[in-house]
Amino acid sequence: MNARLLPLVATLVIFLVAYAICYAQYPVMLSTRVIGNLLTDNAFLGIVAVGMTFVIISGGIDLSVGSVIAFSGVFIAVMLRDTALHPMAVFAMLLVLTTLFGAAMGATIHLLEMPPFIVTLAGMFLARGMAYVLSIDAVPITHDFYDQMQSMYWLMPGKGRLTLIGGLMLVVFIVGIGLAHRTRFGMNVYAVGGGANTAALMGVPLGRTTTAIYAFSGLLAGIAGIVFSIYTSAGYSLATVGVELDAIAAVVIGGTLLTGGSGFVAGTLIGVLIMGLIQTYIIFDGTLSSWWTKILIGMLLFAFIVLQKGLVWTTGKKRAAGG
Amino acid sequence: MTVMLPFLRRIMPQLITLAVIVGLISFMFPGFFTISIANGRLYGIPIDILNRGAPVALLAIGMTLVIATRGIDLSVGAVMAICGATAAWGITEGYSLAATLAMALSAGLVCGLWNGFLVAVLGIQPIVATLILMVAGRGVAQLITEGAILTFNHEGLIFFGSGSLFTVPTPVIIGVAAGALATLVVRRTALGMLIEAIGINLRASTLSGVNTRVLLIAVYMTSGLCAALAGIIAAADIRGADANNAGLWLELDAILAVVIGGTSLLGGRFSLIASLIGALIIQAVNTGILLSGFPPEFNLIIKAVIILIILILQSPTMRSVVIFFSRDPAGAGEVEKETVVP
Repeated sequence: MNARLLPLVATLVIFLVAYAICYAQYPVMLSTRVIGNLLTDNAFLGIVAVGMTFVIISGGIDLSVGSVIAFSGVFIAVMLRDTALHPMAVFAMLLVLTTLFGAAMGATIHLLEMPPFIVTLAGMFLARGMAYVLSIDAVPITHDFYDQMQSMYWLMPGKGRLTLIGGLMLVVFIVGIGLAHRTRFGMNVYAVGGGANTAALMGVPLGRTTTAIYAFSGLLAGIAGIVFSIYTSAGYSLATVGVELDAIAAVVIGGTLLTGGSGFVAGTLIGVLIMGLIQTYIIFDGTLSSWWTKILIGMLLFAFIVLQKGLVWTTGKKRAAGG
Repeated sequence: MTVMLPFLRRIMPQLITLAVIVGLISFMFPGFFTISIANGRLYGIPIDILNRGAPVALLAIGMTLVIATRGIDLSVGAVMAICGATAAWGITEGYSLAATLAMALSAGLVCGLWNGFLVAVLGIQPIVATLILMVAGRGVAQLITEGAILTFNHEGLIFFGSGSLFTVPTPVIIGVAAGALATLVVRRTALGMLIEAIGINLRASTLSGVNTRVLLIAVYMTSGLCAALAGIIAAADIRGADANNAGLWLELDAILAVVIGGTSLLGGRFSLIASLIGALIIQAVNTGILLSGFPPEFNLIIKAVIILIILILQSPTMRSVVIFFSRDPAGAGEVEKETVVP
């Protein structure tokens, strides 16, 4: 079997085993209601994780996404409160803004040749600061259009509800998979992650690709912000602190190599679902405290990183032995 | 004096920045330099800056060494939470102060050992290796405090946060002592040079006989120890351990302090003093914003702008532009940098 597929298979096996354990204890877990909630509750995380997958496959990291989600929520709430614009118009403005923000970070990373980590750290401060400047308090969103969006769902067999935002996440994943494996941009992302110098020599436009990757991540962070505002009906500048870490964890658990160059968008979906499953299990159990989520996710992260390391090591050895 | 000259030139940009910020604050707030003694303790804004800046300064010591090896330690904030929780747990369980401190400090060392093991033995990139503890660490801290905010009233432990020794607040003394000790150990022995060697080229230094594995682990353990000290101070300051908020985002402040201090994130040469001044600059900006009546919301934006300016100054591209435009490449000027933005 292809060694690259192994992390993905491992993730899938862990997910299925975990689900089986949950099912054995709580048979309700298999109902479409739980699955529907799993998708709805993790919609914003999943969307942002798709962007993070692209960034990490290219060998970078984007720490700004959590702040961008919070900024988006506050921006939408304040715009809807203070102007008479239709939410759709506000969404369009917001997405342009966050995409440009991401593009600016990507361009900075490329032009200044600085580590993505520190550039996006500045972006994280900037976006969170802008959210604070717009409003420190939580701003509720009351708009008929929001009520409509919140009540939109498709009734799955078994009375489970696939909500609008849950469905949107699945659509984003499908688009992401297509983008990664069926387009020139996707190829370029993998090439840059495999080795920037090699990619440049092969004719990959480094600057354009880097800018586009972070712009894409910014766009998805904006969409995640919209989804989060629909989910919570409010904009709050202190919301979604640390979501970037959850997204990174989901991507790694999903089998993407943190050194870049290898990974699957589909794996990230399973990574997000595993994290959601841990949370659901803890809620079902009722006696376990929520901090076990963090510890379990940390342990999973560790396991996957060691697995990746082992894979890289064994393939390297094989290559050395085979000449 | 001739020995001091290169050193002064090295920290001059940081000193000037600090002086400018302090000057701005004292211009807007004339009572800035008034320092008074009350209840046997110094009070005043400069003292406050030193006092509040102590945890970040402590973190910056460890972070400087880690970054000098071309690594990064994202977990220090979470380690602070773990150690603060350990200290609060120990003292409420009735252990002696010495035992409590020993437990908290060893918790920091164990966290550092874990990070060092992942980086040096398993060969995982530092940003990923320390991410694990950053995510899981707060969970561990909550496990220790059992989800509550553990409060305590032990005078001895509180002394580390809000006490004073010879009228100087304890956190300042701890920070200065740790900084002096670290500088002494690193600069009066070959350790500093070896750490720089690891940062510049890990493989080459291994091949030339540097025990990189042990040294890397030691560096991460130092960072863990510094985080433990900062965690004890933070917990003692609020007389309680808050697993969720203790040291939240302080890892970023610590990294920022190191970057302001001019240590490259790409490893190699480092300056502990410059990082400490960097920590003071951050705290001076924080205090200045509060004093000047600016809404504190602008704090993050100002930090972002500072990072951007430093990034531009540090970037290889900008350096080559400066060298290209200046007639004297050796003295890649400080003044022209501002004017040649392409």
